[in-house]
Amino acid sequence: MEKNTHFLVGIFGDQDDLLHGVEDIRKKGVKIHEVFTPFPVHGLEHALGYERSWTPKAGFMFGFLGTCLAITLQVGTMVIDWPMIIGGKPYLSIPDFVPVTFELTVLLASYGMTLTFLFVRGYLPHTVPRIFDIRSTDDKHVMAIDLANNSLSEEQIRSILKDAHSEEVYRRDFTEEENNPSFIKYVIDLFTNGVTRSSRIAHHR
Amino acid sequence: MQIVSEVREPLVTGGKTHKDVTNDICKQIEGPPAPAWLASLAASLIALGIGGYYLGDLLWNGIGKWGLNKSVQWAWDITNFVWWVGIGHAGTLISAVLLLFRQKWRTSINRAAEAMTIFAVICALFWPIAHMGRPWIGPVWAFPLPNTYGSLWVNFNSPLLWDVFAIGTYFSVSLLFWFIGLVPDFATIRDRATSKISRLMYGMLSLGWDGSAKSWMHYEAVSLILAGLSTPLVLSVHTIVSFDFATSVIPGWHTTIFPPYFVSGAIFSGFAMVLTLMLITRKVYHLEDYITIEHIEMMNIIIIVTGSVVGIAYLTEFFIAWYSGVEYELYAFINRSTGPYWWAYLAMMSCNVISPQLFWIKSIRTSLTWTFVLSIVVNIGMWFERFVIIVTSLHRDYLPSSWTYFVPTMHDVGTYLFTFGIFFTFFFLFAKFFPVINMAEVKAVLKEANSKVYRARRTLVHEPLPPMEEKVVEKEAH
Repeated sequence: MEKNTHFLVGIFGDQDDLLHGVEDIRKKGVKIHEVFTPFPVHGLEHALGYERSWTPKAGFMFGFLGTCLAITLQVGTMVIDWPMIIGGKPYLSIPDFVPVTFELTVLLASYGMTLTFLFVRGYLPHTVPRIFDIRSTDDKHVMAIDLANNSLSEEQIRSILKDAHSEEVYRRDFTEEENNPSFIKYVIDLFTNGVTRSSRIAHHR
Repeated sequence: MQIVSEVREPLVTGGKTHKDVTNDICKQIEGPPAPAWLASLAASLIALGIGGYYLGDLLWNGIGKWGLNKSVQWAWDITNFVWWVGIGHAGTLISAVLLLFRQKWRTSINRAAEAMTIFAVICALFWPIAHMGRPWIGPVWAFPLPNTYGSLWVNFNSPLLWDVFAIGTYFSVSLLFWFIGLVPDFATIRDRATSKISRLMYGMLSLGWDGSAKSWMHYEAVSLILAGLSTPLVLSVHTIVSFDFATSVIPGWHTTIFPPYFVSGAIFSGFAMVLTLMLITRKVYHLEDYITIEHIEMMNIIIIVTGSVVGIAYLTEFFIAWYSGVEYELYAFINRSTGPYWWAYLAMMSCNVISPQLFWIKSIRTSLTWTFVLSIVVNIGMWFERFVIIVTSLHRDYLPSSWTYFVPTMHDVGTYLFTFGIFFTFFFLFAKFFPVINMAEVKAVLKEANSKVYRARRTLVHEPLPPMEEKVVEKEAH
């Protein structure tokens, strides 16, 4: 079976059911592809066994870059390139350079970290998402299990999901095009066929 | 594991489900505009138009059109700048500082408060730009760009330049924080959209957000770090704004308590503006279940605290002016309270120090009418505070021959009106096209708000309820 194409989708209505469900399902040896939730469910990343987010490290590095750039800018202009006596202060008046250094550190740390997160995770204006179930941005938690990635049969996984209090379980197959959506095609499709038909992000039924 | 106080009022009332949250908030965006909204937008556009006429005339003829003179070289322009920046502070305080302190009541109000921050900072930025007189060559005065106008580089020893970096960073970071918060909600609107244009526009704004657990994990980490960065940022911004005055040698400005005094004043006026806007939004959009009386009471408590800090700062300033033994300093303060601008000083004292003390009375701080009226009174008071600090310190300097009395012209009033036009036009557009309440965050606090806490409170304070049917309550979240 081809990977990343044939999924079993389990719908959970409650965040605590989901958390316990994820633990039970993983204990029974089922590999979960991903869980899609309408809001952050605390503890879900631990239940799924994800490593801690790397974004704070990126933020620190960009912040450090900002500090270095700010010091270079101020020392370069005020001390090296064009020294002037202002209010009897020394050329290199460190306390005066603190505010701008701080601001540029914060600016680069915030933008660097956030934009890196968005780029690495592929969240860009022209991204067409592959949505398993449209209710995952409304009120349901959607668990996707890649059938090709699991040795258990579809029926076995279905019963495991049902045991874990999944409200609804169904099969979801993606076509080659749905797995690699093109923004241009998406827009053309949207404007020729309207919202319901064009949307790859419509409900499965 | 989350520890929730068992006697806390529920954050969201009315037994809302996750689906109800989506429906209640998206309804405003998807439906046709309300007549009240159209009328409000029209009024804002009229203000923008009238103000735009005065702004155009000001740019054409120069800032001599303002009531400034040789002694009072700064008046309404810097007053309005500081006033607008101060108003902006509440948004960051609610979204960042309250996030760090895990104050969950912020979830219903942070979106609109952050929007208010951004629009208020735009209005603030307008003033130094207009004061340049020739704003088209402003960039080489404000940024370290190579140029041929006089000295080569900008002066990094000047607090006015620190302001450029502080306000610039503050605006950029607030915008980023606000937008990042909006992304999951845009995805919700995208998935509900029935028209082609809105599906495309909200789809692009949502950046293809799919709500995967891994993305939420990174998202939460990013939000927390942004909150951590915004907290010292917001304190630094008004500190640097106060340096504009405090690092000078003008009696009445040369005061070391300015940074904390300005920051608490900023939070004070910002919360008042949040209350003014939220009370209207709550009424028009029927958000009584999301912005409850408890939210309003919490904000009023912050107003008492910051208002009292401001009151103590006023008294400290006066005491130090006398205690320092500097006759010029003492004169500046006596002149402030009893000189020709005594009426402005009285307005400042009564609106900022006396009026918020009414919130000690529970029936007043839980009354919508009182809160609305007092929130406007506080903002009038905070405008007068800046006016008093700026104009009364300047209008009588060391040479009695240059003593003067500042009177605003129609251009002062007109350009102030212009910033109101900008602010309210943006705010009304935001209220129609963007979700006014952070749906994802409200959904995240909904469960404990609805079942556990509500039941515990009912059992403890009121009458016991029949046994729970919900099986999930005993389970512990990780």
